[in-house]
Amino acid sequence: MTASVEARGLGVGYQGETVVADIGFTLEPGQLLALVGSNGSGKTTLLKTIAGLLPPTGGAIEVFGGKPLSRPAGVAYMGQFHPTSFMLPLRVHDVVSMARFARHGLFGRLSAADRRAVQEAMAVMGVEQLSHAPLNALSGGQRQRVFLAQAFARDADLILLDEPAANLDGAARGIYRRHLRALTETGRSVIIATHDIDEAAECDRTMLLAHRVVAYGVSAEILTQKAILSTFGMVGKYQEGGIVIVEREHAHDDCQDH
Amino acid sequence: MILDCLVTPFSNNAFMLNALLAGVLVSIACGIVGTFVVLRGLAFIGDALAHGVLPGVAIAMLLGLPGMLGAAVGALGMIFGIGFITRRSNLSSDTAIGLLFVGMLALGVAIVSRSHAFSGDLVRILFGEILGIRTSELVTQLAATLVIAALAVACHRPFLLLCFSPEQAEVSGFPPRRYHAIMLLMIALTVVVSFRTVGTLLVFGMLLAPAASAALFSRKIITMVLSASGIGAGSVYAGLLASYHFNIAAGAAITLSASVVFFLLLALRQLLPPLGAAR
Repeated sequence: MTASVEARGLGVGYQGETVVADIGFTLEPGQLLALVGSNGSGKTTLLKTIAGLLPPTGGAIEVFGGKPLSRPAGVAYMGQFHPTSFMLPLRVHDVVSMARFARHGLFGRLSAADRRAVQEAMAVMGVEQLSHAPLNALSGGQRQRVFLAQAFARDADLILLDEPAANLDGAARGIYRRHLRALTETGRSVIIATHDIDEAAECDRTMLLAHRVVAYGVSAEILTQKAILSTFGMVGKYQEGGIVIVEREHAHDDCQDH
Repeated sequence: MILDCLVTPFSNNAFMLNALLAGVLVSIACGIVGTFVVLRGLAFIGDALAHGVLPGVAIAMLLGLPGMLGAAVGALGMIFGIGFITRRSNLSSDTAIGLLFVGMLALGVAIVSRSHAFSGDLVRILFGEILGIRTSELVTQLAATLVIAALAVACHRPFLLLCFSPEQAEVSGFPPRRYHAIMLLMIALTVVVSFRTVGTLLVFGMLLAPAASAALFSRKIITMVLSASGIGAGSVYAGLLASYHFNIAAGAAITLSASVVFFLLLALRQLLPPLGAAR
């Protein structure tokens, strides 16, 4: 079976400058991978490279055995920032429907199956009632649910999500996490970029990034105190009253956002 | 009496009717293109293109060639120049646009000032000559408007995605650079064919003011395009009437009408509750 994503000696970065080098992993169909790291660690850069938005600075990457972007309808991507201006005249339904354009190109008509996929994605993320609401009238959390619905409406075999839980309340996080698991059970592969250790712990695999691959493997084996210390420069543990930093290895003050 | 005031100027004067038809066609083209200019924040490049055609028009007139040909060459020069400077330097695109904008405008004025034979034409280039539109020019305007409308229909999906997020356009199989270039060519075509009617200075107003007015109350992009075209056409009618009855420059009266509509709608929006608040 063809792997969903295969990276060999992959270097990722911007304008020829490598942020993370020598990345190697294989994501099989049905697997859920978390890219974990602090701000500027390279997780968004790696996600964009898999999506085909950035060229690799070295090595090789294959998505479904071909180049990234070679199967637009097969890959859904939700970026971290949506430059939606306050005046963009779009309704929730319009935004989610855009997910289906990749299947039909310039002129293909949206079918009943497309409309059904859009309705189902809106229902999953609980934005069905907002279908005709203008995007610029929604709260940050509501917009995030709309953007997730857009990614799910693509009905893609590979789903790439950058900080998907940002702005979501507890209930919405639960819904979205259960849906990710339901997607992987039907053979879809998902990669999320997150700095939330709890979210990573629920994934099949985790890659810890800190301008290098700190560790990669099965989440339960990878998320050790030592590995988290190397990734974030600190490690915390829950105590009564909140998180307490028990160790600090190095700071990331010189990191840029990547 | 009122009918005389509103209709007779157009029914009794062929030049007024031609001006109205040309203005409506400009409004449709500007309504379509202006919507994307406003939504994508391309106002500066629209302004630069509108002014950057001046040296092309001036050189064409010196050589005895059609002004529209010179305008087309000037507009294409601007587009490629902006791309060249942005790629070959670490300057932002708005710096590149600004540099070419002032450079081309200064070159145009310098060329015109050297030739006393057509220094009076500078006013016509900048402010248009809508009351002197010929039937052949109407046909050209109609053809250009149809091309712009056809491109907008054909590219509406990538244009929508570009407005939403260039990254989404890219991952959906619509290369953003290709469709951005098509959008720039549409702006250029609008400017080139409109400079005879409202002039290079005022075409920018027709690109922005009706689309900005429509953006104040539109909930869908198609509504915005249709509203912008309608507001533009209404402004042309009102401007031509004002020009006829009060003897003021037609191009300026049209653009002024479009600007007044924007401020009236802005004031009206302050008085009305926001559209479809879902928070």
